[in-house]
Amino acid sequence: MPLLDVNDLTTHFHTRDGVVRAVDGVSFHLDRGETLGIVGESGSGKSVTCYSLLRLIPEPPGRIERGTAMFDGQDLLQMSPAELRRIRGRRISMIFQDPMTSLNPFLRISTQLIEALQTHQDISNKDALKKATAALEEVGIPEASKRVTGYPHEFSGGMRQRVMIAMALITEPDLLIADEPTTALDVTVQAQILDIIKQRQNDLGTAVILVTHDLGVVAGTCDRVLVMYGGQEMESGTAEQIFYAPRHPYTRALQKTIPSLQTKGQELYTIPGLPPDASKPATGCAFFPRCPYPKNRDPMGERPDLVDLGEGHCWAACGYCDSSAPIESVLAKADEAIVDPLPVEVETAR
Amino acid sequence: MPPPISAAEIADEALVEGSSLWKDAWSRLRKNRLAVGSLFTFIFIVLFCIVGPWISPWEANTQDLFLGATGPSAQHWFGTDTLGRDLMVRVMYGGRISLLVGLVATLVALSIGVIYGATAGYVGGRTDSAMMRFVDLLYAIPFTIFVILLMVAFGRSLWLMFVAIGAVEWLSMARIVRSGVIGLKKQEFVEAAVSLGYSHRRIILRHLIPNVLGPVIVIATLTVPAVMLLEAFLSFLGLGVQPPDASWGVLINEGQQNMEIYPWLLIWPAAFFATTLFCLNFIGDGLRDALDPKSAKD
Amino acid sequence: MLKFVIARLLQGILVLLAIYAVTFFLVAATPGSPFSTERAIAPEILAQIEAFYGYDKPTSERFFTSLTNVLQGEFGPSAVYANRTVTQIIAESFPVSLLLGSLALLVALGIGIPAGILAAVKRNTWLDYIPMSVSMAGICLPTFVMGPLLALLFGLILNWLPVGGWFGPEFWILPTATLGLYYAAYFARLTRGGMLEMLNQDFVRTARAKGVPETTIVLKHCLKGGLIPAITFLGPALAGIISGSFVVETIFQVPGLGQWFVRAALNRDDFLVLGLTVLFATLIVIMNLLVDIAQVALNPRLKYD
Repeated sequence: MPLLDVNDLTTHFHTRDGVVRAVDGVSFHLDRGETLGIVGESGSGKSVTCYSLLRLIPEPPGRIERGTAMFDGQDLLQMSPAELRRIRGRRISMIFQDPMTSLNPFLRISTQLIEALQTHQDISNKDALKKATAALEEVGIPEASKRVTGYPHEFSGGMRQRVMIAMALITEPDLLIADEPTTALDVTVQAQILDIIKQRQNDLGTAVILVTHDLGVVAGTCDRVLVMYGGQEMESGTAEQIFYAPRHPYTRALQKTIPSLQTKGQELYTIPGLPPDASKPATGCAFFPRCPYPKNRDPMGERPDLVDLGEGHCWAACGYCDSSAPIESVLAKADEAIVDPLPVEVETAR
Repeated sequence: MPPPISAAEIADEALVEGSSLWKDAWSRLRKNRLAVGSLFTFIFIVLFCIVGPWISPWEANTQDLFLGATGPSAQHWFGTDTLGRDLMVRVMYGGRISLLVGLVATLVALSIGVIYGATAGYVGGRTDSAMMRFVDLLYAIPFTIFVILLMVAFGRSLWLMFVAIGAVEWLSMARIVRSGVIGLKKQEFVEAAVSLGYSHRRIILRHLIPNVLGPVIVIATLTVPAVMLLEAFLSFLGLGVQPPDASWGVLINEGQQNMEIYPWLLIWPAAFFATTLFCLNFIGDGLRDALDPKSAKD
Repeated sequence: MLKFVIARLLQGILVLLAIYAVTFFLVAATPGSPFSTERAIAPEILAQIEAFYGYDKPTSERFFTSLTNVLQGEFGPSAVYANRTVTQIIAESFPVSLLLGSLALLVALGIGIPAGILAAVKRNTWLDYIPMSVSMAGICLPTFVMGPLLALLFGLILNWLPVGGWFGPEFWILPTATLGLYYAAYFARLTRGGMLEMLNQDFVRTARAKGVPETTIVLKHCLKGGLIPAITFLGPALAGIISGSFVVETIFQVPGLGQWFVRAALNRDDFLVLGLTVLFATLIVIMNLLVDIAQVALNPRLKYD
């Protein structure tokens, strides 16, 4: 039995301007100790997927419309708030994109670290403080015993993300959800943070869901990858399958945007077109409007079926475009053809 | 290759954005039922006070000692006061003065606040921090006491009241204008305008003022009720508008003295005064939500 | 910390001196003499009295004499109420005003802050709409409107409470409510705004993800930051309660200091006006000092400087 088995997860936001289908029927699973990368650009629904699992989306306007998320045999989406609180922070922990705002500036680091422990365990202040100091040491914070009583503003961004990791893992959870943990950090710090997550994961045997827009981050970190676009799954499989045998046009295009995989001196590739407007009702493949492949016909509201290519490699089998053509030639043609709209970068870092 | 976009285009584009901001704000404001209702009620009260005395057969200061105080009746809808004067006309005249004080004193506060705040923000540096430190100090001072002493010392003229109240209420205005100007100074379209060699006058008039206008309108709308409050407070203490002239504060004071026997003398002016403040506060809140959607409640 | 307090203390003393000076010259500029009464006094005697109080000297000289006296705790005699010194009047009436003001502040904070927190936590429900509409109504009913209306309703129509005097707890209720409810409305709105801002912060999501119960999130994570706007308003609120007491004490015939001030100003009772101004200004300056300290204590990002 997998640790986490998500089926047909659907989260919509009911705003004044209409229903935004942030997550539209996503399924995936995760084994103990495994690392799953969820990849996609802004608005692909990858973060909302994670928040939905712990029911952290603001309700209203958000609502989990349907689906199940079986965690160790219990459905996270059907639990009572009290049951859910016993899972949150104890068995599933989370770290967030922006370490500058995710820590409470009014409370000491020690208070915030201890809180995670004392919410779930009967532990004395003294022991909890000891554990908190040890947790800071484990994520590589120098002079942990002194700094543990400090306030968040006395820490740099990278250090705060280390604190977040220490705080999330202090209860030794089964699953760590990391929502773009490196996006807000300096490039030099990003690798360190990923290393710390990996190292702590090895120490504790924690399963990890790593949400990122950076396919390059996924490469070295994840066992399996889920590629999302417009709230839908485009492709999923092992890291090797996704990198060496990508099938979906979106995955292929995404791969082209990794700077380090491109020839030096070449202009950076950007996927033409704009991210989908999730408030428009989905008709067919969400990526269809931006798909650079030659189209056979219009999808006319039909969602592509998820087709298993074997060994767990699935893709949203697009029957409308000829995706067997080699990507380079297609993209070259597409670049010539597309004059308007202006190219947009895959992700504008916020 | 497309022609490079000129700095002037960037600068003017920002102005186009400005106009759609106002359009957006207007459509948001129209959806705020409370604000729209308040606006209509307020307009009604203003018209009532301005037009009413021309239509009414009664004069504000014509006494009828023989009649004395009577309750609301067919002749005198709001009743009459102890001197037999028609209360409705007195409420109208009182409203004229209260609203006039609200408007003029707000304009005084607005002029001081905008000039002070814009100077501090535009000049920046040490001048700015010294000027703002001074504002901080003034915040700590019990101004009502000064205003009372000022009214006692220099007689109770309406003009003095405008200036005295205006001189008290400009502080938040200055702060808001300053922070708006500082925020805008750093933005690209202002830098673009500077690099194009536009004059200070043009930068201030075309780029800075239109962009701090929103917050200034909001704070001005919210200053009007604050000013009216201070005026009524002074008039209540007998330091503001002097009989036989009346403002709502004077009428409330007269009503309060006789409320045991003639409660309507208190209730009518109090109702008009409170409703006006209520409307102005809701209009101000609605404008703020409309102009700055981020600060909206949800 | 000590350096910060001393710096603020010095600043407060400076503010007090400035207030004293402005008050002194405003009073001096008021036409008439404090010693002219309805009774006709022979000009020589008036001149003698004025000379006795130093009124024959130039204003600037008088200013320094009076400042020296005040610094020694000598506020001088009341010019109008014969045989009583300003210190005596303050000693008699201040306890009443202090009780009224403290009760009012207690009402303002005790109702305003819980209502604001509740409204923020239950936002966009009836528990938000009702207190917030009531508080908006409260803000539009200043003391001089609220006072007579409350007196009319509870005193004269329902006949539940006495509307004048200060003879026991039942006499305290209406003045306290009049003075306190207005500021309760302000505190409720400020607290709601502050709490909402905190509740929308990312760190609240972090706390939820840790499994922290909602009550703890509100009280432990949000209250400190959420109360800052309300605490900042304590200074202006005290100033407002003092000037509100001028009205409330008149309406409800409370024998406190507030009713003296306007009368003293109108009667040119110079020493009394100065004494009362110094007292009020000192209270406000102390309150502002406490607020400054509280802000620094609540917000670790602010450094003492």
